[in-house]
Amino acid sequence: MNLILFTFIVLLGFTSYYFGRKKAYTIQSTKKRLTALPQFYGYYLAIWCAIPAFIIFSLWAIFEPTIVKLLILSDYSNQGYLDDELNLIYEKTKALSRGQFTGEITPFIEASAEKYLSLRSIAQSSKVVIVLSAIIASVAYAYKRISSNSRTREPVEKFLNAVLFTASLAAILTTVGIVFSLIFQTIDFFKVIPLFDFVFGTHWYPAKAFVRDSSEALDPTMYSDTFGAVPIFAGTFFIAFIAMCVAIPIGLMSGIYLAEYASYKVRQYAKPLIEILAGIPTVVYGFFAALTVGPFLKELGTSMGLEVSAESALAAGGVMGIMIIPFISSLSDDVITSVPQSLRDGSYAMGATKSETIKRVIFPAALPGIVGSILLGVSRAIGETMIVVMASGLAANLTLNPLESTSTITAQIVVILIGDQAFGDPKTQAAFALGMSLFLVTLCLNIVALKVVKKYREKYE
Amino acid sequence: MKKNGVKMIKIKAKDVDVFYGKKQALFNISLDIEENQVTALIGPSGCGKSTFLRCLNRMNDVIDICSVKGEILINDFNINDKGCDVVRLREKIGMVFQKPNPFPKTLYENVSYGPTIHGIAQSKQEMDEIVETSLKKAALWEEVKDRLHEPGTGLSGGQQQRLCIARAISVRPEVILMDEPCSALDPIATAQIEELIDELKKEHTIIIVTHSMAQAARVSQNTGFFHLGQLIEHGSTDKIFKNPDNKKTQDYITGRFG
Repeated sequence: MNLILFTFIVLLGFTSYYFGRKKAYTIQSTKKRLTALPQFYGYYLAIWCAIPAFIIFSLWAIFEPTIVKLLILSDYSNQGYLDDELNLIYEKTKALSRGQFTGEITPFIEASAEKYLSLRSIAQSSKVVIVLSAIIASVAYAYKRISSNSRTREPVEKFLNAVLFTASLAAILTTVGIVFSLIFQTIDFFKVIPLFDFVFGTHWYPAKAFVRDSSEALDPTMYSDTFGAVPIFAGTFFIAFIAMCVAIPIGLMSGIYLAEYASYKVRQYAKPLIEILAGIPTVVYGFFAALTVGPFLKELGTSMGLEVSAESALAAGGVMGIMIIPFISSLSDDVITSVPQSLRDGSYAMGATKSETIKRVIFPAALPGIVGSILLGVSRAIGETMIVVMASGLAANLTLNPLESTSTITAQIVVILIGDQAFGDPKTQAAFALGMSLFLVTLCLNIVALKVVKKYREKYE
Repeated sequence: MKKNGVKMIKIKAKDVDVFYGKKQALFNISLDIEENQVTALIGPSGCGKSTFLRCLNRMNDVIDICSVKGEILINDFNINDKGCDVVRLREKIGMVFQKPNPFPKTLYENVSYGPTIHGIAQSKQEMDEIVETSLKKAALWEEVKDRLHEPGTGLSGGQQQRLCIARAISVRPEVILMDEPCSALDPIATAQIEELIDELKKEHTIIIVTHSMAQAARVSQNTGFFHLGQLIEHGSTDKIFKNPDNKKTQDYITGRFG
């Protein structure tokens, strides 16, 4: 029923577009000057036809269940039921009305189910009536406006403005929602685990919390040595550091080569090839690290008499670095290319060689942009999950030896949330706390990166 | 113009052809540039005067598709020879561009750039002296002496252009090429630069490309008129402006085309 009504509104919208336009042509044929292009008349009519109807339609869809529920449950008020019991009664009623109820049917429920069905059908038919009358009223209004040849362009523009605003509002609200859910869960977590233990504790062993029998009451002392985040923070930054050691020199140098040295032809082929690296799914990098690089490093280390874990920070960090190369190379290439040619000419005219020009003029001029690209690369490295989960092990060792395995914030979140978990359990909430800290770190990095990039832009515009 | 009765020729261009890809931009240019004089190159847009200017310090090398044929002798040495060291050449032949292009560095670093890369100054004091004299010669010293360590991009357009001139003369070039140095400046800044050019010609040979005929008449001793990639006429500025041999020159000067 809803689908039919919905389709009907859409079709009606399209039809009114044609009627609106046709009306415009009719006005035109009477030698009157139109106030806008004919399609604006069409848009105007279509908007008035469909939008009020849609708004009523959606509001109805949102509020109908609540109102029906209130009406049904009003029969049970003053009988001393608890909220949970009332909910149960309502669910039973709905199930019975759909014929899916299998339990014992009481006359009360049966009566409610009948009432439910009748309410639903009243609601349906009144919805159709109201939506249709809304369409008729608004179309009549709009058609009158068109016929009197009043202005249609501004209302259509205003409507587009509103649509775009709604879209950005949706994006912002989603972000805010996610952040708030992170914040609330994190606060709950820190009610059980002291902030101090989380930030300065050196022992991370969330599996310990998992062993607890969930019927027991929470005992904070039990977790005192369980959620110390230092090892995974250290691991995160350590692996990111290894990654940047690979990505910055290679990315920067290839960026400089592409921007300054490569001929047009080389650049044409090399740039897309490097950017393909950015298109490889991270899970592919992950098993490349875990199945190729890791064992290779282990063998290499063994032949040199070193003890290398098959899941080493070096393997994960190195492969992550390769993944980040295209970001840095492509961004710094863009930044270097956008340094004005006049600066290059000025330097060459002073008798500087190419490398002197790059080192002394172009690089300093492009530095803010390059720093920005590096910071974006770092926040990628810190947020990267798949490679670490697959290649660097899940044990949170506190170590600075790149040949041992370490773990990162993202990998630990995966570990915590795989399998069964209960809401309200500190172990699950630990994931939110970790997510929150990760979010804060990357947020700061992104803010700094954007600031730096903005500063750079101001210089040339 | 004659000096002690002898014409001193600094640059001798012989049969210079320039191609951008397959398109020929300059045809058979032969032109002598006198030492310690200002030579103006005039002509309508796209006539090749800037291209010719850029041949003189081989700045056309920067453009991939550009090729230069013919001889350009500076102090009797052909700069189009394979053996020519472009870095040395550009140290001797400075250039000032149409749009002021100070480096995004401090004023001091802008001027000390050339001496640093060519290893001219032996000590900090020497460098300070070079920076000071260059800025003084460029008539900028008084305005900026208290803020040498602020970025050069913070100056006004005219000051930036004088900074670029200071940068160019910091390595004591024998020749300074100026590619429409005043086209981005207001009349006051233009007057300052023109005054400066007059001063600079005591120590440097100057070649200036300009769109302003009045400017050419004011600052130059010799003038060359380019049209469609050809050097139509050259000679003393007086003669070109008052009594040109060629009808095209006459027409351009009097504003009948261009």
